[in-house]
Amino acid sequence: MKGFIIKEFYHIFRDLRSMLILFGMPVVQVLLFGFAISNEVKNAPIAILDHSNDYVTRQISSKLLSSGFFIASDAVVDESHIPEIFRKGKVKEIIVFESNFARNLEKDHEAHIQLLADASDPNTANLIVNYTNAIINNYQQEYFAGLSLPVEITTETQMLYNPGLKSVFMFVPGIITILLMLISAMMTSISIAREKEMGTMEVLLVSPLRPMQIIAGKVLPYVILSFINAVTILMMSYFIFGMPVKGSLLLLLAESILFIVMALSLGIFISTVSNSQQMAMMLSMFALMLPTILLSGFIFPIENMPMALQILSNIMPPRWFIIIIKAIMLKGLGLQYIWKETLIIAGMTLFFIGLSVKKFKIRLE
Amino acid sequence: MSPSVKVEHLFKSFGNTVALDDITFEVQPGELFGFIGPDGSGKTTLFRILTTLLIPGSGSAEIEGLDVVKDFRKIRDFLGYMPGRFSLYQDLTVEENLKFFAGIFKTTPEANYELVKEIYSQIEPFKNRRAGKLSGGMKQKLALSCALIHKPKVLILDEPTTGVDAVSRREFWEMLARLKKIGITILVSTPYMDEASRCDRVALIQGGKLLSIDAPGKVILGFDQPLWAVKTDNIYNLLTDLRRFEATRTVFLFGQYAHVTMKGKLVSGDPITQYLESKGHKQIEVHKTEPTIEDCFMELMK
Repeated sequence: MKGFIIKEFYHIFRDLRSMLILFGMPVVQVLLFGFAISNEVKNAPIAILDHSNDYVTRQISSKLLSSGFFIASDAVVDESHIPEIFRKGKVKEIIVFESNFARNLEKDHEAHIQLLADASDPNTANLIVNYTNAIINNYQQEYFAGLSLPVEITTETQMLYNPGLKSVFMFVPGIITILLMLISAMMTSISIAREKEMGTMEVLLVSPLRPMQIIAGKVLPYVILSFINAVTILMMSYFIFGMPVKGSLLLLLAESILFIVMALSLGIFISTVSNSQQMAMMLSMFALMLPTILLSGFIFPIENMPMALQILSNIMPPRWFIIIIKAIMLKGLGLQYIWKETLIIAGMTLFFIGLSVKKFKIRLE
Repeated sequence: MSPSVKVEHLFKSFGNTVALDDITFEVQPGELFGFIGPDGSGKTTLFRILTTLLIPGSGSAEIEGLDVVKDFRKIRDFLGYMPGRFSLYQDLTVEENLKFFAGIFKTTPEANYELVKEIYSQIEPFKNRRAGKLSGGMKQKLALSCALIHKPKVLILDEPTTGVDAVSRREFWEMLARLKKIGITILVSTPYMDEASRCDRVALIQGGKLLSIDAPGKVILGFDQPLWAVKTDNIYNLLTDLRRFEATRTVFLFGQYAHVTMKGKLVSGDPITQYLESKGHKQIEVHKTEPTIEDCFMELMK
C-alpha cells in the first residue's frame, strides 16, 4: 500500500503535464476568473448628448463620469450620429438630456433624460442602465434635499453577504468546485486508464492486491494534492480578492475533503468504464465539466432553469457543494444549516465508491 | 508427482472467433515448457487463462492443483507473470520498479535478492535510470526480475524475447535454464522456432489448436523426409523456380539456403541441379542436410 502511494506520487511529479494541470491550472483559473472575467461595470465608454448644457446637466454628467463606472467617449454632436456610433461599437450607452433641462426642472418639477444602451450584450446593458439610474436618482435626492415633497417613498436597499456585489464572491465557490471536480476526477480516471493502456494493470491484477487496495492507492495521493489545491485557491481568494471566510474554516476544509473524495470516486468510476486515457479524458471533460459549469448554479441560477433541468441539477454533486461553500464563506453558517447538502454529497460518495469496487474488474474481461 | 500445470479440453472464443480449441496438456514441476506458434495462434489467450486474467469458455485449467477460476486469489500469490509487452512503469527507475513489484507481493527486493541477483546485477549499474530509457534487452531483464522478486512457484512468460537483440535472447534462455534448476516451473511462449530447442518440451500451437507436444529432440526424430539444402546465385528466382518444379514437395527459406523436400525417394540431388541449370541458375549447390526443429514445425504447420 505504501509503495503504491509512493509510486503514484512519482508518476505525478515526473509528468510535466500532470503537474501543470494540478498546480498551474488552479492559479491561472482563479486569476482569470478573478480579474479578467467579471460582470461588474468598470470604465464603460458612454457618450453624453446635452441639448441643454446648463448647470444641472453638467453636474449630472460630471457625477456620472466621476463614478468610476463610466468614461466619456467622443461626444455626440447630433441625433443623426447615434445609430452610427452604436454600430461602430464605440460606446455602451448614450445619455441624452432634453433642452432647457434645468429650467424645466425648476418650473415644472419635471425634466427628461433619455438613456440609450447597446443591448447586444443584454447583461451589461442592463447593468449600465441601472448604474446610470442609480446615479441620477442619487443626484435627484441631493437636489430635492432642501425641498419637502408631500408624499415620498424611499427605498433603502441593503445587499446582504456581498455588499459590494463583487463577482469574485460568486466565482470563487464555482472555481473551487470546478477545479476540484475536474482535477480529482480527471486525474484519477486518467491514471487508472494509463495502467490499462500500458499493460501494467495486467501485472497488478496477477498479484495479491485487492481491488480496494488498488483504488485506495490511486485515490490517496490525489486527496492530498487536491486538498493542497483547495487551500491554495482559498488563500488566493482571501488574500488577493478579499473573499471572506465568515464561518468555520475547519468545517470548510472538512467539506472540501468530502467533496474531493466524492470527485475521486467519480473518477474511479469513470476509469472502470473506459479503457484508454483518451476516453477517460473525454468522459471526464464532457460528462463532468459541462454539467458542472452549466447545471450547478455556478453561472446560471437554478431557479431560472426549465423544470426538467432543475430536476437534473439535483444529481449534480457540484450544485450541493456550491451551496455549502457559499453558506460557510459568505453567510458564516454552521453544519446545522448545511447538514442536508453534506449528507447528499456523502451519499453520492458512498454510491460511487460502491459502484467502482463492484465494477472494478478482477480480470481482463 | 502431481503436475504443476494441468489443462484439460480448454476452449475459448471471443465472439465468433475461436481462440483456443480443445487444448489439453500437462506441465511437470520444474519443467521448462515452450509454446511455439505464429502471432494470433492463441498463445496469449492461453497464458491469460492460466494467469487467471481470463475465464475459460469451457474445460478446466489448474495451477498447482488450484482451479484458475475458483481459486484465482490463491494462485495470484505464487504466480510470476511477464506479459507480452514489458509491463514496467516507464517513468519509474529500475530500482523503483523492482521495489514496487516486490511491495505489491508483500516482500522486499532484499528478501529474495539471491533469486534475481544474477539477472538484476547486470542492470544494477543503471538502477537510477528510468525504465522507459532502457534498451529492449535491459527492459526484459528488469521485467523478469520484477516477475521473480516474490519467488513464484510457477513463472509464465509471454513472448519474453520478442523485440530483443540476439545476444540478450541467448542470455535470457540461459537464465531460464538456471531458474529451472532451482525448481521453478516455467511456461514460455515465443514466435521464434530456433528457441524451441532450449525447452524440455515444446508444444506447437496454431489457430488455437495444439499440433504436437514433445521434447525438441523427438520432434526432429519425427521428421521422416530426406531434406535438401539448395543454394544458387539468385535466391529470389531460386524459390519461385523450385516451387514451380513438379517434383517439389515443400520449399522453405532457411538463411542462405532453400530447404527442399521432394516427392518420391530421391537418391541424389542431381535432378534438382539439372532442373535449376535449365532455368539458368549458376553456382548451384545441392546437398543433403539434417532437419532442424524449424523444418519439423514447418512440416507440421503445412
